[in-house]
Amino acid sequence: MYSNLWLIPFFPLVGSIINGLFGKKIKNEKIIGGLATLMMFLSFLVATQNFLRLMGDNVKTHQVVIASWISVGNLQIDWGFLLDPLSAVMIMVVTGVGTLIHLYSIGYMHGEYSFYRFFCYLNLFAFAMLMLVLGGNALVMFIGWEGVGLCSYLLIGYYFEKKSASDAGKKAFVVNRIGDFGFLCGLFTLFWALGSKGVWTINFVEIAENAHLLETGGVVVTAVTLCFFLGATGKSAQIPLYTWLPDAMEGPTPVSALIHAATMVTAGVYMIGRMNVLFAMSPTTMMTVATVGGLTAFFAATIGFAQNDIKRVLAYSTVSQLGYMFLAMGVGAFSAGIFHLMTHAFFKACLFLGSGSVIHGLHHAYHHAHNHHDDPQDMRNMGGLRKKMPITFITFFVSTLAICGVPLFSGFFSKDEILWWAFGSTRGHWFLWAMGAVAAGMTAFYMFRLVFMTFFGEQKTDPKAKDHIPESPLTITIPLMVLGLLAVIGGYIGVPKILGGSNRFEHWLAPVFEHTQHHFEIHAHGSHATEYMMMGISVGIAAFGILLAWTMYVKNPDMPAKFTAKFPALYKAVFNKWYIDELYDFLFVNPCKKIGTFLWRGFDVKVVDGVVNGVAWVVKGVGSGLKYTQSGYLHNYAVAMVIGVVVIVGYYVFG
Amino acid sequence: MADSLLSLMTFFPLLGMLFVLFIPKDNDGLLKGFTLVVTLITFVISLPLAFNDVFATSGGMHYREFAEWINIGGFFQMNYNLGVDGISLWLVMLTTFIMPIAVLSTWKAVEKNTKGFMALLLLLETGMLGAFVSLDLFLFYIFWELMLIPMYFLIGIWGGKNRIYAAVKFFIYTAVGSLLMLVAIIFVYYYAVQSGADINGFGIQEFYKLDLPYNAQYWLFLAFGFSFAIKVPMFPLHTWLPDAHTEAPTAGSVILAAVLLKMGTYGYVRFAMPLFPDALQTFIPLLATLCVIGIIYGSLVAMMQEDVKKLVAYSSVAHLGFVMLGVFAMNMQGMAGGMLQMINHGVSTGALFLIVGFIYERRHTRLITEFGGLAHKMPVFATIFMIVTLSSIGLPGTNGFVGEFLALMGAFESGLRWYAVIATSGVIFAAVYMLWMYQRVMLGTVTNPANENLKDLNAREIVLMLPLLLFVFWIGVYPNTFFRKMNPALEQMLTQMGHKPAIVEVHNPVAAPAAHATEHAPAGHGHN
Repeated sequence: MYSNLWLIPFFPLVGSIINGLFGKKIKNEKIIGGLATLMMFLSFLVATQNFLRLMGDNVKTHQVVIASWISVGNLQIDWGFLLDPLSAVMIMVVTGVGTLIHLYSIGYMHGEYSFYRFFCYLNLFAFAMLMLVLGGNALVMFIGWEGVGLCSYLLIGYYFEKKSASDAGKKAFVVNRIGDFGFLCGLFTLFWALGSKGVWTINFVEIAENAHLLETGGVVVTAVTLCFFLGATGKSAQIPLYTWLPDAMEGPTPVSALIHAATMVTAGVYMIGRMNVLFAMSPTTMMTVATVGGLTAFFAATIGFAQNDIKRVLAYSTVSQLGYMFLAMGVGAFSAGIFHLMTHAFFKACLFLGSGSVIHGLHHAYHHAHNHHDDPQDMRNMGGLRKKMPITFITFFVSTLAICGVPLFSGFFSKDEILWWAFGSTRGHWFLWAMGAVAAGMTAFYMFRLVFMTFFGEQKTDPKAKDHIPESPLTITIPLMVLGLLAVIGGYIGVPKILGGSNRFEHWLAPVFEHTQHHFEIHAHGSHATEYMMMGISVGIAAFGILLAWTMYVKNPDMPAKFTAKFPALYKAVFNKWYIDELYDFLFVNPCKKIGTFLWRGFDVKVVDGVVNGVAWVVKGVGSGLKYTQSGYLHNYAVAMVIGVVVIVGYYVFG
Repeated sequence: MADSLLSLMTFFPLLGMLFVLFIPKDNDGLLKGFTLVVTLITFVISLPLAFNDVFATSGGMHYREFAEWINIGGFFQMNYNLGVDGISLWLVMLTTFIMPIAVLSTWKAVEKNTKGFMALLLLLETGMLGAFVSLDLFLFYIFWELMLIPMYFLIGIWGGKNRIYAAVKFFIYTAVGSLLMLVAIIFVYYYAVQSGADINGFGIQEFYKLDLPYNAQYWLFLAFGFSFAIKVPMFPLHTWLPDAHTEAPTAGSVILAAVLLKMGTYGYVRFAMPLFPDALQTFIPLLATLCVIGIIYGSLVAMMQEDVKKLVAYSSVAHLGFVMLGVFAMNMQGMAGGMLQMINHGVSTGALFLIVGFIYERRHTRLITEFGGLAHKMPVFATIFMIVTLSSIGLPGTNGFVGEFLALMGAFESGLRWYAVIATSGVIFAAVYMLWMYQRVMLGTVTNPANENLKDLNAREIVLMLPLLLFVFWIGVYPNTFFRKMNPALEQMLTQMGHKPAIVEVHNPVAAPAAHATEHAPAGHGHN
């Protein structure tokens, strides 16, 4: 019945192959971009069809096997897909947002060198991402998991002539690989642990069915889930592996929107959702997930305070928002985490695309004014753009309201639910809630700082260029408007009961989490009054953040400078991202290089070859000594014989 | 003809070599063309093996050929004894498949004394194929030696600046190993004769059934294991490899990587392990340790190399570590993963050496610092290089992943759990050294004027890469083509080794980290 599921990843794959092989010959940007976008749209149609079908279906879990992949001994792995409410949501987000971003890219990437290469990679990414979410077993998921990592690498390094870009791509790949190491270890342990109970499987449905064979809270299940979580921290940029994501902003902006905001980076959250049965069995892991999530939400927000690159602010904000999702997963608010994943995909994609529209406009203006030294991504060169780019401004503004959790916008519903769970769930803690709430206030501050610096105040752009900033073309503004709309209304499918809604989103996902949700409940004292109060506090904190930003960047624009002058060390530390990259270089990168050099020059060449050459030298020495015994001169042999005879005779005579 | 298919396949290159000797030595084109045709025909001769479904149903030896050869009155008897099973099948196919590609790679690269080069290549092919299909230990030894000599000359005559040093090093290393093996072979034979066992010359299938005392096994395994460990090469016996690879001409490096190194791994699977299963148990912890060291060590050293070819050579040390770790897991996943990884390494590293050859032919240097920004000038090359790099890194969807994954999984399921965990971290390093190299060679802007006018790959170069790329994806997407014919033979071998997994299942994984093979090594049944 769901047998056409394979078409969903297949369409983008075809697009990628066609553009990859023939794009260079096709040349026509409309055909290349159009084809890629069409493939995404077809994929979206099939996804929608399957989504609707699943809505009307009483059975909510469907497995579709295409072919056998690896079969060796007791390991049987299929090319298999899994459609359930969770993956259904994901394919809708990926294909939906993906189509819009493909469309956007046609305008944004116009005139770029090797235009086809961009769309080839972008389609390939969509393919990998869809394999990741549709994979019916951990290994098909892993194909997508590493596949998206590859595409991320290729797209971050799209401008490969720039060293910073290829460095960032490589960093992303390697850091992700550290996570993948965790994923693989988790997979091995799980396969072995279930296998020793007689069930050799890595199929998600079978894992969920047989998870009860493992001891709840036991060492095994904790080890498995912690390993998987390490994988998640890599892919989803959480502490300690978040450092690649801000650098990933070297990629073209549509890439930042699609991969580094809406889809790929949420893979870790999705993975925990997919394996919720296992995660729920280990309180230790759940606590770790929640804590790491909370800390990341807070920590990344601090860095967002002092960045001047518009995309970098958004990048840290993404890290921070992903932290919220992990916080949700860790306290057992699975559906709230996925809900936030979805709303975040809308508003963050819109924010990134909006920033892209701004960059696009400034780039255009600088180009017009022959200005090649000003950075079109630096917010200090912006200001007052709301009049120049009204559509961009409005969509950006509503998305900002959404991310700040302003009531009635989508982010409000999802973020509030997470905070409520962080406070009230059996696994919650006031500390987790506090980190989330403070981070919410900080988010409001730095997001409005961004909006004020970019769209308000006086225009700080190069005077020669500032009259040539255009509003972006329709291929750019249409996706903005659609996403902006979703950022406003996307939350209404999950309005919590307390606000008079029925939380249809939670209801929809219930079958996925039915085995685990009963472990996590809101405390008895979680009365309505408390819930209202908490909601009020978090809204108040957000309002305070916005107000502070307004005071500092609109009312008294010289305040930030005074502040940094007063706390130069603090400002420098925040500006330099707390020197975490330098720390990692010091702790890991440089020692590895030193060890490598030492092993090569010191051990390989000196010790091992020293021994080998030493042996050769000894053999040669002995040989050259012995060669005098075979001089070929008769008299030498005669002398030797005489000596020999004398010795032997002497031995017998005197012995 | 099917009766003597293996003989035909093995000796066809030798026959071709005889003809090569009669081609005028200044007729370069004819020499190369003829050799190409001979290797292609050899490939075609071997094709029925790949398509024969008997391997999928029966794990035994097929295509048997047998003739008494040397018989010195019961004192010494060896036979012409050939056969192929699921274990050797794909290695044979890899050999016949890689040879035409290697010959094609010489088109522009070999210009001096082409005649000698071609003759040696063909002789080498006979040696390699013979070694894979020999079922008589002594016959195996003859082919084994036969294969070393051409390679020695290929490096020593057509090699780079330090070719003599590299060739001599290669020869000494392998000769030492060979001599030890020869002594061990003779010992096994006379032990069998004396104990009155039912043997058939040096036939390994009869040797498998010998119940050698543990003490004898111990020393014999050491001798065989040492010899094969040099060939693999396993840390710390690997230092001949970077020199040999770097100095060898491209075709030599390709064959060395793709096939010759597999002699070592194959030697373990076919001879050292099943002949001395009890001693094997004792050595597994040591060998697995060397594998893991090899993986990490090879990667770290590869990372810091300045010469692309040396980097690839050191990466081989790491890759072969995965192969051997899988094999030592002694279970289906590990063995199959290890076997497949042998093929994968042949495909991917062979391709990498070809790639290095392409840029060397253009620039006559292999120093990483000499390059940079090549992707601008050579987009097709950049794409192919990227794909091969990814396959070497073991990206899912490519061949490297399936082999590495299974080898690691097998090791994890066996007693080598903690070794597997450390080895898995090798996947991180692989990404580091390969991508860093790719970045420095291909990305960025062209800074060296010498690279300004580089030409992209020509048709011949693309054609010789395409078959390799095909297998990169084929094995990655549908490895069952290979597994289904490998599995029965591996199952049979594991059964024959007496179901001695490297560890007995321990039910609490984390509480028993120290549980490894030593604890379960048989106390040497039948001590004498």
